[in-house]
Amino acid sequence: MKSVDVVLSNKLKNGGGLKRKKYVQLYGLCAIPLLLVFVFNYIPMFGIFIAFKEYRYDLGILRSKWVGLNNFKVFMMSDDFMRITVNTIVMNFIFIIVGMVCAIILAILLFETRNRKGVKIYQTMMITPNFLSWVVAGYMVYAFLNPDYGFINKLIGLSGHEKIDWYSKPVYWPAILTICSVWKSIGMDSVIYYAALMGIDTELFEAARIDGANKRQEVLHITIPQLLPLITILGILKIGGIFRADFGLFYQTTRNVSALYSVADVMDTYIFRTMRVLGDMSISSAAGVLQSVVGFLCVVITNYIVKKIDPDRALF
Amino acid sequence: MLNSKENKFAQFVLNIALIILSLLIIMPFLLLVCISFSSEKDIAVYGYGFLIKNFDLSAYKYIFRNASDIFQAYKVTAGFSFITMVLSVLLMSMVAYPLTKRELRGRQAISFYLYFTMLFSGGLVPLYILITRYLHLDDTIWVYILPGLISPWFVFMLRTFFSSLPEAILESAEIDGLDEIGIFCMMVLPLSKSVLAAVSLFVLLGQWNNWYTSMLYINNEKLLSLQYLLQKIMMNINLLQQNSGTFESSLISIKDIPTETVRMAMAVVVAGPALLVFPFFQKYFVKGITVGSVKG
Repeated sequence: MKSVDVVLSNKLKNGGGLKRKKYVQLYGLCAIPLLLVFVFNYIPMFGIFIAFKEYRYDLGILRSKWVGLNNFKVFMMSDDFMRITVNTIVMNFIFIIVGMVCAIILAILLFETRNRKGVKIYQTMMITPNFLSWVVAGYMVYAFLNPDYGFINKLIGLSGHEKIDWYSKPVYWPAILTICSVWKSIGMDSVIYYAALMGIDTELFEAARIDGANKRQEVLHITIPQLLPLITILGILKIGGIFRADFGLFYQTTRNVSALYSVADVMDTYIFRTMRVLGDMSISSAAGVLQSVVGFLCVVITNYIVKKIDPDRALF
Repeated sequence: MLNSKENKFAQFVLNIALIILSLLIIMPFLLLVCISFSSEKDIAVYGYGFLIKNFDLSAYKYIFRNASDIFQAYKVTAGFSFITMVLSVLLMSMVAYPLTKRELRGRQAISFYLYFTMLFSGGLVPLYILITRYLHLDDTIWVYILPGLISPWFVFMLRTFFSSLPEAILESAEIDGLDEIGIFCMMVLPLSKSVLAAVSLFVLLGQWNNWYTSMLYINNEKLLSLQYLLQKIMMNINLLQQNSGTFESSLISIKDIPTETVRMAMAVVVAGPALLVFPFFQKYFVKGITVGSVKG
């Protein structure tokens, strides 16, 4: 009896030791990654108070003077503020709507194609822009819009109209930027909708066909309603990021030409330029904090809405 | 099928539409290629176009003869992209695996700790000051590698995949005497090759196309990334001419440099490798976004 007890208790003890060893190892695995996140993500969060100081390089962060909300006041009273806020929100809103509509139409077209091999090839071609950087995309835009040699101006010239100096005419750029944005993302975006379409129960379509529905009715009354939950959720989640602009799109395709700032200057380009070109750390930091806070609220609110509709899709 | 003829016709139209759409999407890249193979004179006369009147390799010859900058940038970019890929995937797996252990204390706190960084950030200025004034990473290769090693998005993607591995296999490994690190290295990683490949490709692609880091943190010409070098050439037309001045001013007079075609040839040389390689791994990218869109 005694020996059994000893064996048992040894086993338990050992088990405890093994368990501890197991947890030590698991925490050990996490340690370096979590430290990196702390250094590069959390320490900068403490740096938010720079926005409440008049940052001077020679004095450093700690010894620079506190100025309260002054940086925010200066930033929000400036002409730039309205412009970049409106540009960021309006342009992102257009990108979201147009991008989603195009991606959904493309997904439906691909889905209706019975030629599965063809679908693979089309998808591969349509995804290629995703593999290119905005710098290269900027070259492509330039090849089309160069005032002297550009392909578009060449066509305009051939048709006998006057050439357009694209890089100095802001009025065209909301459309150009939208085309660029959709061009780059449509392939990848349509993949998600295509996957969802492939998941629809084929019996639904068969039933509709037996009832004598034509293709148009099938799309309107089955395909789109089946996609609607996904569309709603992805749309709301995208709205959550509406205060964050795609820096590369706005910076590279416009070649950062200041003549286009009236439509193409957004939060992210402004924050970069104010810091790196104008060297105004305080204002840039205030704009950055504002963007982070508003961006955070957008995500939290939209996530709350998503959670009400479909808890599984919520981010948290 | 009663209306099979009609159906065939519809399919035909559909396929034609999709072919046209696909061609429209790759058309901008074709334009770059066509310009780069044109002769400079034709560009000056006819402008950019899809027709190559006189096939001309002088732009590429010029690049391969002169641009030691571009080869340096190639080396730097390939170097930091590869190092980032390996370190990033390894480190993200190291945090993703423990997150699959339900009994691990603080598991949810760690998830939240990672997740929060996706929602909120200190912004550009504090990070810039941290990197340049405190860590002194600017003008080193490490500034490309370290700040973005852990992306919560991919960590959660890895966690989702790891937790779908059959528990029985991992348990039997434990009974066979493997400890957690052993299970992670000998079982989890080898069993997860497909998702590791997907994440690796995303990281590699992101780094290959990275121009932002150079723009912010690099002054040393020898450490510029490929994309940023290309951007500099775009923003500053005279750069090519300046460079040629230092390289072989005695051989070519400045006005003979095929500026327009060389620029486009540079873009092709920079984008080409990505376009040749990544489409072959399309299935991993597709998998990546379909897995990623499902909450872990």
